[in-house]
Amino acid sequence: MEKNYVIVMKNICKQYPGVLANDQVNFNLEAGEIHGLLGENGAGKSTLMNILYGMQQPTAGDIFINGKKTQIDSPKKALDCGIGMVHQHFMLIKNYSVAANVMLGMRKKLGLKLDEQLASKYLEDFYQEMTHFKVDTKVKIEELPVGLQQRVEIIKILFRGAKILILDEPTAVLTPHETDELFIILKKFKIDGYSIIFISHKLDEIMEITDRVTVMRAGKVIGEVQTKRTNKAELARMMVGRDVIFSLPKKPAKIGEVVLEVKNLAVAVEWGTAIKNLTFSVSRGEILGVAGVDGNGQKELVEAIVGLRPKSAGTVHIMQQDFTKITPTEYMQRCSHIPEDRHEVGVILDYSIADNLILTTHVQEPFSYKGMLNEKAIMKNALEQITDYGIKTPGPNVKVKSLSGGNQQKVVVSREISKCPELLIAVNPTRGIDVGSIEEIQLKILAERDQGKAILLVSTELDEVLALSDRVAVIYEGEFMGITSPETPRASIGLMMAGSRLVEE
Amino acid sequence: MKANKGIFINGILKPIFYVILALLISGIIILLTGKDPILAMVSLGQGAVGGKRQLAETLLKMVPLLLCGLSVAIAYRTSFFNIGAEGQFLMGALAATWFAVGFDLPAIIMLPMTFVVGALAGGIWCLIVGIIKIKTGASEIINTIMFNYIALRLVGWAVNGPLKDGYLPQSSEVNSGAVLPILWQGTRLHIGFLIALALAFILQFILFKTVFGYQIRAVGLNLKAANYAGIKSAKRLIQTCLISGGLAGLAGAIELMGVTKRLFEIFSPGYGYDAIAVSLLAQNNPAGVILSSLLFAVLRGGAGQMQRNADVSFVIIYVIQALIIVFVVMSSSDKNSNSVIQKLIQKISLQKAEKKVDSKGGA
Repeated sequence: MEKNYVIVMKNICKQYPGVLANDQVNFNLEAGEIHGLLGENGAGKSTLMNILYGMQQPTAGDIFINGKKTQIDSPKKALDCGIGMVHQHFMLIKNYSVAANVMLGMRKKLGLKLDEQLASKYLEDFYQEMTHFKVDTKVKIEELPVGLQQRVEIIKILFRGAKILILDEPTAVLTPHETDELFIILKKFKIDGYSIIFISHKLDEIMEITDRVTVMRAGKVIGEVQTKRTNKAELARMMVGRDVIFSLPKKPAKIGEVVLEVKNLAVAVEWGTAIKNLTFSVSRGEILGVAGVDGNGQKELVEAIVGLRPKSAGTVHIMQQDFTKITPTEYMQRCSHIPEDRHEVGVILDYSIADNLILTTHVQEPFSYKGMLNEKAIMKNALEQITDYGIKTPGPNVKVKSLSGGNQQKVVVSREISKCPELLIAVNPTRGIDVGSIEEIQLKILAERDQGKAILLVSTELDEVLALSDRVAVIYEGEFMGITSPETPRASIGLMMAGSRLVEE
Repeated sequence: MKANKGIFINGILKPIFYVILALLISGIIILLTGKDPILAMVSLGQGAVGGKRQLAETLLKMVPLLLCGLSVAIAYRTSFFNIGAEGQFLMGALAATWFAVGFDLPAIIMLPMTFVVGALAGGIWCLIVGIIKIKTGASEIINTIMFNYIALRLVGWAVNGPLKDGYLPQSSEVNSGAVLPILWQGTRLHIGFLIALALAFILQFILFKTVFGYQIRAVGLNLKAANYAGIKSAKRLIQTCLISGGLAGLAGAIELMGVTKRLFEIFSPGYGYDAIAVSLLAQNNPAGVILSSLLFAVLRGGAGQMQRNADVSFVIIYVIQALIIVFVVMSSSDKNSNSVIQKLIQKISLQKAEKKVDSKGGA
């Protein structure tokens, strides 16, 4: 039976200097299906879709659209062919209205001047045809929640006539509730005959929303399956190349004395108050997880505790000592901090692994003595950490920038955990790394807890918080909506992430 | 092993490659003007290192280039683009003149004191820009250039005003205690040469073997990560500014004490600006600055003879310098994997590697 393929990509290869990002990739999309593209970071999903969207040119291979061989040399050409892409990071101008953003760049319709009234009228007209959802045309983007901003992105490509939608990790920025709403919309699109490519590395979402899945690993297509005929375990095996444990072995917590005590903490920032009157404590042997959608004050909370940001009110005690006025230099000498963004603040990409492993400890013996670096001790430490944490590298002198994301993160984690103090603050410790490394790092964190360390885990991955924590605090706009058990139903935690307070029974 | 190979290719092979390429292109330009490139290059070499006097004069020119090159290199390591070595050089010379003309003490006191006064003046000149950068975020690139102008005019004012001696716009000669002893008898080469060399090695050591060096490199490569790691980045930046400006100021003092003995309006032929290229070519490695400052001194030292013997204008020297800078900048930009030079070098080293494998396989 001849299937109705709207897109066929044949033997696509993409060679970057030193990396074969796509190796003989075959991919096809049927009319009216939601097709999952599953793979770990760096598996080649984005490269493949960037090729389809005309942002990159394949080194070899052909693309057929509606059976016709087509060369897509620019996103404009892709849009002309009815292909639209919603990027993971939105391409919106924050202080422009919805209509202006949708209309931007369509000079033929608007002329040289961006007339807000006219733009708004065009968009209203368009809403007549499009019945799936609407976003108020005159609101500025910055006033919209992330979920609606994403819809503006979708409207943008629909307005340009796209019938094939590529969504790059669309749920990464959404609350569980927003994700549900997005899925409802996507299902409507499907009924109306749109074809959707859904890029993700989250198995649950792939199982829920897609009809078929193409799994990629290391630049190759590992397989293409009907979603109905597969399961999470099989998909995970295809994605990672080995069996994956979904539930972490967690012993009951042996809770000891209080290590970190935060009272009435408030943090003011340029645009207002990021943290409002937070009070909590973390004790030996437990993990306090902080869940929440990105940008609700997590960063400010942690930076205030470690001394990188001034506190406008409140106190912080660590081991009964007043740490309210601590400097980062003092904090780093005594406690551990796995920061949020490893590229930006966790490592120095141009330093070697050995040098990065002493980034926060280089002033201590044995790594230095009276201002002189001790190269022997630095090397010995590097070799030990590389073995202990299974950092995959040809040697300790290799620059960190040549490591994979997972191995870079292992450098940060091993550095901070091995400082061996009482307190570990970890922010998104497994963001953007491969499933294998995630598992290893999570097991290390659990092991630290079992050895009696107090751990504050701040993560935007709800699954991670629920799997690791002994107590879960949900943060929303700088306040805790409540501190609850990780066994609490996801739906109620989802509600808290969206701003409703925990109802005490 | 692997790291050493990278240093060898990037630190030594590449710069040599750039210099050869720049000489080749300049040769073509000379050819196009109808002159003899071979004769030009030979007389350039003769003029620079062809005899005792020539060699000594070249090494003499190397001293300010080396010290100013170190100044730029150390500042660059903290991501502070010190375009102001010229101004710091002038301020160092100005302060040293004030001191060495005004005070007449035995050499044992005069020499170190004049060094300190010159270095301090240069250091403070750079420090002001550093503090402005930290407090307001204003670009040090613009401000160091502006401070060059201020320094230039200050020197002009001083030699026409308070420091003026006689009818000419120049200072009087420094007191004999502040004159640097000659290193190589029968030439003008003074002990400032040894001081500059020693400082290059000391800086190399500080940069790569001490906590201070580790921290300033960290600040330069990733300021945010350095802050997160608890490094006091503002303090390190201030200290580096003092060292950087101090080196250029010291260069000014040494030039005064060893060569000119007097301050006058056009005291620097642009050593501070050449220093940027010197440091770039050395990829901001202090030890490398020794070699690159020698190269630039050779170019300058031989230019006169080239002009006389081969009738090639000395400005071709600037063409060579400029080309070298362009190549270095091309290969060290963020997209360096795409640069033509990078690819060329990759190709060449790949072919070499293949040949090696082939010959091994054959044997």
